[in-house]
Amino acid sequence: METAPKPGRDVPPKKDKLQTKRKKPRRYWEEETVPTRDGASAGPPCNKKNRELRPQRRKNAHILKKSRISKKPQVPKKPREWKNPESQRSLSGAQDPFPGPAPVPVELPRSKARTRSRLEVAEAEEEETSIKAARSELLLAEEPGFLEGEDGEDTAKICQADIVEAVDIASAAKHFDLNLRQFGPYRLNYSRTGRHLAFGGRRGHVAALDWVTKKLMCEINVMEAVRDIRFLHSEALLAVAQNRWLHIYDNQGIELHCIRRCDRVTRLEFLPFHFLLATASETGFLTYLDVSVGKIVAALNARAGRLDVMSQNPYNAVIYLGHSNGTVSLWSPAMKEPLAKILCHRGGVRAVAVDSTGTYMATSGLDHQLKIFDLRGTYQPLSTRTLPHGAGHLAFSQRGLLVAGMGDIVNIWAGQDKASPPSLEQPYLTHRLSGPVHGLQFCPFEDVLGVGHSGGITSMLVPGAGEPNFDGLESNPYRSRKQRQEWEVKALLEKVPAELICLDPRALAKVDVISLEQGKKERRERLGYDPEAKAPFQPKPKQKGRSSTASLVKRKRKVMDEEHRDKVRQSLQQQQQQQRHKEVKAKSTLGPDICPWTDLCAEPDSRVAWEPSLPKITCREKSVPWNKEVGHCGPSPTGGGQLAPGV
Amino acid sequence: MLQRTDAEDTAQQQPPLANVCQQNYGAPQDPVEPAGLRSASHVTGSSLGKAEVFCGSRRRWAELVPESSWSPAVGASKMKVKMLSRNPDNYVRETKLDLQRVPRNYDPTLHPFEVPREYVRALNATKLERVFAKPFLASLDGHRDGVNCLAKHPKNLATVLSGACDGEVRIWNLTQRNCIRTVQAHEGFVRGICTRFCGTSFFTVGDDKTVKQWKMDGPGYGEEEEPLHTILGKTVYTGIDHHWKEAVFATCGQQVDIWDEQRTNPICSMTWGFDSISSVKFNPVETFLLGSCASDRNIVLYDMRQATPLKKVILDMRTNTICWNPMEAFIFTAANEDYNLYTFDMRALDTPVMVHMDHVSAVLDVDYSPTGKEFVSASFDKSIRIFPVDKSRSREVYHTKRMQHVICVKWTSDSKYIMCGSDEMNIRLWKANASEKLGVLTSREKAAKDYNQKLKEKFQHYPHIKRIARHRHLPKSIYSQIQEQRIMKEARRRKEVNRIKHSKPGSVPIVSEKKKHIVAVVK
Repeated sequence: METAPKPGRDVPPKKDKLQTKRKKPRRYWEEETVPTRDGASAGPPCNKKNRELRPQRRKNAHILKKSRISKKPQVPKKPREWKNPESQRSLSGAQDPFPGPAPVPVELPRSKARTRSRLEVAEAEEEETSIKAARSELLLAEEPGFLEGEDGEDTAKICQADIVEAVDIASAAKHFDLNLRQFGPYRLNYSRTGRHLAFGGRRGHVAALDWVTKKLMCEINVMEAVRDIRFLHSEALLAVAQNRWLHIYDNQGIELHCIRRCDRVTRLEFLPFHFLLATASETGFLTYLDVSVGKIVAALNARAGRLDVMSQNPYNAVIYLGHSNGTVSLWSPAMKEPLAKILCHRGGVRAVAVDSTGTYMATSGLDHQLKIFDLRGTYQPLSTRTLPHGAGHLAFSQRGLLVAGMGDIVNIWAGQDKASPPSLEQPYLTHRLSGPVHGLQFCPFEDVLGVGHSGGITSMLVPGAGEPNFDGLESNPYRSRKQRQEWEVKALLEKVPAELICLDPRALAKVDVISLEQGKKERRERLGYDPEAKAPFQPKPKQKGRSSTASLVKRKRKVMDEEHRDKVRQSLQQQQQQQRHKEVKAKSTLGPDICPWTDLCAEPDSRVAWEPSLPKITCREKSVPWNKEVGHCGPSPTGGGQLAPGV
Repeated sequence: MLQRTDAEDTAQQQPPLANVCQQNYGAPQDPVEPAGLRSASHVTGSSLGKAEVFCGSRRRWAELVPESSWSPAVGASKMKVKMLSRNPDNYVRETKLDLQRVPRNYDPTLHPFEVPREYVRALNATKLERVFAKPFLASLDGHRDGVNCLAKHPKNLATVLSGACDGEVRIWNLTQRNCIRTVQAHEGFVRGICTRFCGTSFFTVGDDKTVKQWKMDGPGYGEEEEPLHTILGKTVYTGIDHHWKEAVFATCGQQVDIWDEQRTNPICSMTWGFDSISSVKFNPVETFLLGSCASDRNIVLYDMRQATPLKKVILDMRTNTICWNPMEAFIFTAANEDYNLYTFDMRALDTPVMVHMDHVSAVLDVDYSPTGKEFVSASFDKSIRIFPVDKSRSREVYHTKRMQHVICVKWTSDSKYIMCGSDEMNIRLWKANASEKLGVLTSREKAAKDYNQKLKEKFQHYPHIKRIARHRHLPKSIYSQIQEQRIMKEARRRKEVNRIKHSKPGSVPIVSEKKKHIVAVVK
């Protein structure tokens, strides 16, 4: 044993059996350590040397352990004790190409739970695609139109003739009048692509034409009063609300259907993605007709008398009905009751319109007021304006322009930009027609406003009204017949079921937490134990002699304490949050003066009774007790709302 | 009836200040003629429809605007106006041979109802997937007894070898779907068949206690069909597998023997217990590792470099075959008699990674897809099922009226097809993905396929979609057995819950489904 062991081989001392047993198996890469150790002192002090070396190595290992998380060392445990250059040379004389301790990454990637990592990947992808989609705006070819007066000049003073003479021929040709004095006030409707125009006169005149080329598709007289007219999903089908029943014509003027279940219809709305034709009738029924299969999906009794104010929210396909008691009610075919009721006016509601993003609603009432509501949260009025005669017809354009027809005058208001509500201070454009307005619609994808009045049809130029860049797969004004057929098949294939209409169209993508919790609970009851419960901490036995019962209990205790502390911390945080919430609430309920929206709403007498939509499609209108100080309910107002100064 | 009164009518009453405008632009114009004015404005306005002109004529709006909001403007003013004016040439194709132009705008307001529409699309895609799910491709008939074993050619995708219960070995061409060679290899069963990693020869073992090596190519003209080598053993060999890189193969029977191809005696033979070993498999990644399963209910792992086995795990019932995951070296799946498959991590045998349950009878064979994400299992219940590695339930079940007990199954090396050999002498070829369209896809088809796949993935948990995607027609026997076993399992579970409920808390341990079937691990 006393002889120095040969370099490159490590002979364990047989004498000391205990020691050899405890010693770790020597690896071939650890051979280098032997000569240096033996060079320093050979023979029996080996043992002592070992003891001397151990703390050093442990210290080293400790550092390594601290810097990484995984317990299994991927890095070879190379105790690089040699410091002098001679010892860096291995026995064969070759040099270590990577001298020094192996670099250890500060934090090795931790393996994540599969679901979490998948979620993270999905989120990253979503982010990337949204950025890409935003970047694709660079590729949009067209710019929106605009109209600016000479530095600060009021654009309302610019009349149609000025615009017409200023713009190019193609645009100027979009301004025209159809003098049709014989058959009474006209309702009109543009097709979804904005290419076709249908109009129907009170005295039975129905016509459809390609208004760009002025090519007439059909012209008939239905020999009955026409209340409303509407294109169905494509320009080939026309729904006409006649005096008695609802009729459907094709673009040749041939009557295809007479729907007797929809009688005395006053207003029509078509929901293009659901293929639903919503009809409001004199009898007070709101009827949804599925035009793809010809079935009536729902017939809802609004219980509010004659319905003649109707509009759809293009964002969520909810139908807005205006009633004579000043409320606007929101309907979906899935519910027998209105989703919400908004008290908008004193006196009846004359017109309702919702903008294309579903953010703003404009209403006008018999009280001669025009109000703009925010539909996003609390349905509060953003701005109000009293008009001399009140507006009988309202419409929003694709880029958020609001038009109101008042008698024979048409006023158009614009907002700061596309996303902001139209400001009612100054009209953007105004125009006088040859007769009182009976129907209004902005032409999609064009800077054109169609007005139906008792003297015929007027097509006005409104720069900046239409969306300049259409999507060819959605609604393409230049589509060929083949493209239309293909689109029709695709659209029918992805017809959204009527049951999915609710206030939040994204509700379908949200996690149904309630039924998830319920399912978990049921599972727990069925199994008799909680399969997802965290197992109580069981300390692993450590090295021999180091895991006495006392220390095990101590470690267990430590983990338990830590968990307890976490719980306490969490509950404290929750308490604090709740308190903060309460304080904010208390502040906001102090009165109308401190109310955060008083600066926005001119007349705080409008309230909405609604409840945020639940994850399932079962949001219900619930009556909320009215705050007598700030608002009132019902058709007979008791408390007087303060008009904002300047209105 | 339709009279078009154009804008020109209004333009007739020309502003008296038109000449001022023209002077400002310096364009010599006839001040009286309105048409000239219009053309001038076109010149300045460019093709975009933008124009700057002076205009007068303040007559019309004066009556309309409330008095407070306007001031009488006298004289000329300069206005800027731009109208949307698209050139149709940019939006329609030039000739009929061109593709249609489809401008895109991804603005979300132009695409409302994004979620409901995607949902409907996903629903349609799921329905179409079920409509097009026609997995059965071909049946290779020719064997005169039940097919007992299958082997893939390592180099040629189209070649498959099969051994039957009458000792016949056939080599098949899958593209032509015919038998290209027949060899009467053994007397009695062909118990096992495997190909050499280079694909030049194959090995068979049979009930006649022999191991035979055969050339892959048939004998030349006038030559007799003879094996390259024949090894006569003392006991019956029940399985064989070849090393993935070296000229070494392993057989099993009473013991696991490892053979050098050049010798007639095994290099080493390993036993652990005394029972017949039914299958032995080499690990395709860590090629010196082997696994075997024996009829004394255990799975034993070996290291070829050592003389003794590594460790074994004992299950409730016997395992018929195991198969190693070709991508994860330490994972293997065992096909068990208790209708389940167990995926093990060989480093921790005490708990299987996953228990795969769906079969209603003993599982006889299992084979991994080359991707390592899925495997296929053949069962005595006359069906084959495809399981994802990390799911306990199968994603697919294949059966036909005529298919009897399936003895062997293989997933082809291009991961697109599955072959199974069954009792009634046929080898059947299936698509691994039931609704996949075979053949070359155009880029549009591919894009649509990817899009639909993503949609199905996104909405897979929606109840309506899940119901359609999971629905499979099952033969009545399997269906009723599933119902029966569900009742049995529920009863067992209820009993267990009751026992836990009515005994001292903690005295009856809750054993998870994974651990229930493991008897012991021996090292």
